[in-house]
Amino acid sequence: MAAARWLLFKALGAVFVLWAVTTLIFFGIRMIPGDPAEAILGGPGSQASAEALAQVRADYGLDEPLLVQYFMQLGRLLQGDLGDSYSMQVPVSSLLAEQLPPTLVLAFLALVLAWVVALALASWSMLSGRGAAVISSGLEIAGAAVPHFWLATVLIVVFSVNLGWLPPVNTGGVDGLVLPVVTLALPLAGFLGQVMRESMLNAATSPFALSARFRGETERGVLFRHSLRHAAIPGIALSGWAFGSLISGAVVVETIFARPGLGRTLLRAVTDRDIPLVTGVALVAALAYVVVMALSDIAERLADPRVAKR
Amino acid sequence: MTLLDSTRSRIRNRGAHNGNRRVGAVEFIAAAVALFLLAAALFPSWLAPYQPLAINPADAFQAPSPDHWFGTDESGRDIYSRVIFGARESLLIGAAATAIGVGLALVLGALAGLGGRLLDFGVGRLLEVLFALPGLLLALVFIAIAGPGVVTTTVAVGLSTAPGYARIIRGQIIQVRSSAMVEAAVVLGRSRAQVLRRHLLPNALAPVFVIGTLGVGQAVVWAASLSFLGLGEPPPAAEWGAMLSAGRTYLTTAWWMTFFPGLFIVLTAAASTVLGRGLQRRAVS
Repeated sequence: MAAARWLLFKALGAVFVLWAVTTLIFFGIRMIPGDPAEAILGGPGSQASAEALAQVRADYGLDEPLLVQYFMQLGRLLQGDLGDSYSMQVPVSSLLAEQLPPTLVLAFLALVLAWVVALALASWSMLSGRGAAVISSGLEIAGAAVPHFWLATVLIVVFSVNLGWLPPVNTGGVDGLVLPVVTLALPLAGFLGQVMRESMLNAATSPFALSARFRGETERGVLFRHSLRHAAIPGIALSGWAFGSLISGAVVVETIFARPGLGRTLLRAVTDRDIPLVTGVALVAALAYVVVMALSDIAERLADPRVAKR
Repeated sequence: MTLLDSTRSRIRNRGAHNGNRRVGAVEFIAAAVALFLLAAALFPSWLAPYQPLAINPADAFQAPSPDHWFGTDESGRDIYSRVIFGARESLLIGAAATAIGVGLALVLGALAGLGGRLLDFGVGRLLEVLFALPGLLLALVFIAIAGPGVVTTTVAVGLSTAPGYARIIRGQIIQVRSSAMVEAAVVLGRSRAQVLRRHLLPNALAPVFVIGTLGVGQAVVWAASLSFLGLGEPPPAAEWGAMLSAGRTYLTTAWWMTFFPGLFIVLTAAASTVLGRGLQRRAVS
């Protein structure tokens, strides 16, 4: 019963977020000077004729009052119709269905790699006395200061241009995935590692760890049997946020490595000011965020029974 | 309990506090980097050997050498000089974006923290929605609506950082509002305006300096990312983002065109992170 209520609550939250994203974009567009009909025909440079503009206005319902347009759009959205892309003249939903999987694969692999690297670094810094301070400050700086485009540049120069081990752009094969995944994962690993280290430190200094040491547990044993679980908790809690930041990082990474995906689609839509496509990508990203947040909620309950009792 | 405390401090000393000395050294380097960047922004001609826009086609695509420390670009312009001359505009963009972000966050945070339960609820839901479009996504959606360009990019970066800051500021205001200090002031019969001016505002503004220092580096990185994607200032301006976007075409043949402007962005962000964290630690202790 509690589970059903929780699910309903989350679903309502998701619907609210999707509605709000649509509404913000819809009215945001209307606040900016400029004719949407002109944008559909290729922007102010296109010199569209008055008849063509009138035709487009009629086709897209742009001559209706604003509120009517708004409710028409919400109605279409409820039926799963995201409209047609201005620049490509195909349904947004089919474009999204095509572009979502490569991005999900990329983001998921990067999240996994970031977790592995972060856990390894955090554990290592707990065991090694001298490296710890250096690692912790290094991680913090790297996570915050190394942008994806720069890391990608360095990786391409080292591994593609000089060593020739991996292709600099997407070839469709698995080897084309390595550099993009590493580029996305490393800065994230910096963030996660920092947080995990902090949480492990708290666990290692808590009374239960002390009593484990009194029972004769080794430092290594305290780490693996006690602290590690605590490192996972903030890591899981941050994963929803991390997934979102991976999707926004995917815009840069997909562009550099010429990979298909949601990020590159969004960038093209932004440059073309293709509003239905931008709205569609934003909705998918927001929905993914809400879903991943819910999943990380569940995972947090599994990893830490105390959360469920709160 | 003392035993527990001593174990705790022994283990803790392995980590962050192991020395304040080491952290001090890092902070010192960060301050030096920040000073250098400021000098480049204020007096670029003192530091740069060439003019940032001087073309010299004979010297195009030179790799880094003693003559051209960071190499040259497709028109033979000296990258090092361009990076130095680019500091002013890039830092200005970062500072302006942070100011916009913090300004918006102050308004939202104050509305939520002081405006009563209904406003707090409304602002909270709005922030939730904005959080669902994290990082660059919100900025990109804004640029799609407002059109590309330097000004929009700057506003977009400010806008997309605002939700995170607003949450911090709201938390701070709520914490101060329920503190003993404010309670005492109310009991003493101080008016709302007095409590607001004497207690709430100064304390709510305390984290703003930390956020601002940390934020400038982050804003420079995000603005550069947007420029790199071709949405900021167009080349051949000597601005870091514009240089990145120009270098992207030649990534595999002339890596230095992207690497060195990027390196300065990393340095800016790293310096601002280190200094910001330093301020934060000091504010906490």
